Amino acid sequence: MSLEAALDIASGCSLLVGSLFVVSGGVGLLRMPDFFSRTHAASLTDTAGAGLILLGLLFQVDDFAQGLRLALIALFLLFTGPTATHALASAALGDGLSPWTRKSGSRR
Amino acid sequence: MFVAALLAVLASMVLALTRALVGPTLYDRILAINIFGTKTVLLIAVAGFAAGRPDFLDIALVYALINFVGTIAVMRLSHYGDLGAADEEGVL
Repeated sequence: MSLEAALDIASGCSLLVGSLFVVSGGVGLLRMPDFFSRTHAASLTDTAGAGLILLGLLFQVDDFAQGLRLALIALFLLFTGPTATHALASAALGDGLSPWTRKSGSRR
Repeated sequence: MFVAALLAVLASMVLALTRALVGPTLYDRILAINIFGTKTVLLIAVAGFAAGRPDFLDIALVYALINFVGTIAVMRLSHYGDLGAADEEGVL
C-alpha cells in the first residue's frame, strides 16, 4: 500500500469520527436537561470533534504553510474552547443558576 | 469524506442555532453562539479543502480569534453591564 493511500484512509477515518463527535455534541447541546450539562456537550464537540476534523485535514495538506495554519487553528481551539466554557459556567454559577439534579427533575 | 464532514458540521450548526433560539437562559444562548462560531471555523476549513482552495484557512484562523474575543466580550457585557472599564478609583 502506498503512502498516499494510507494517508487518505487515516484522513477519512479521522474526519468520520470527528463528524460523529460534532453531531453528537450538537444533539447533546439540544437535548441535555440544564445549562451545566449542556456545557459538557459543548466542550466535547469543541475539543474532540474539532480536533479530529482538523487532524483529518492535516493528513491532506500539500505544503508546510497549510499544515502550520491547521495546527494554529487547532491550538487556538484547544485553548479558547475550555476557557470560554469555564468562564461561562462560573459566571452562571455566580449568578445563582442552580445545577439540575435528579430531585429537581424538571427541564429548564 | 469532505462532503460527509461538511454535512455533519452543517447539521450540528442547525442544532446549536436551535438551542440559541430556544434559550431558556442567557448563558445557554451565549454557549450556543460560541459553539456555532467554532462550527463556522470548521466549516470554512473543510469547505476550503473540499473546494480545493486551502487558502480559506487564513479566514478560519481569523474567525477563531474573533469568536473567542466576542464570546468573552458579550459575557462581560451581560455580567457587568459594561465591557469592564475601570471606575473612578482606577480599579477594575
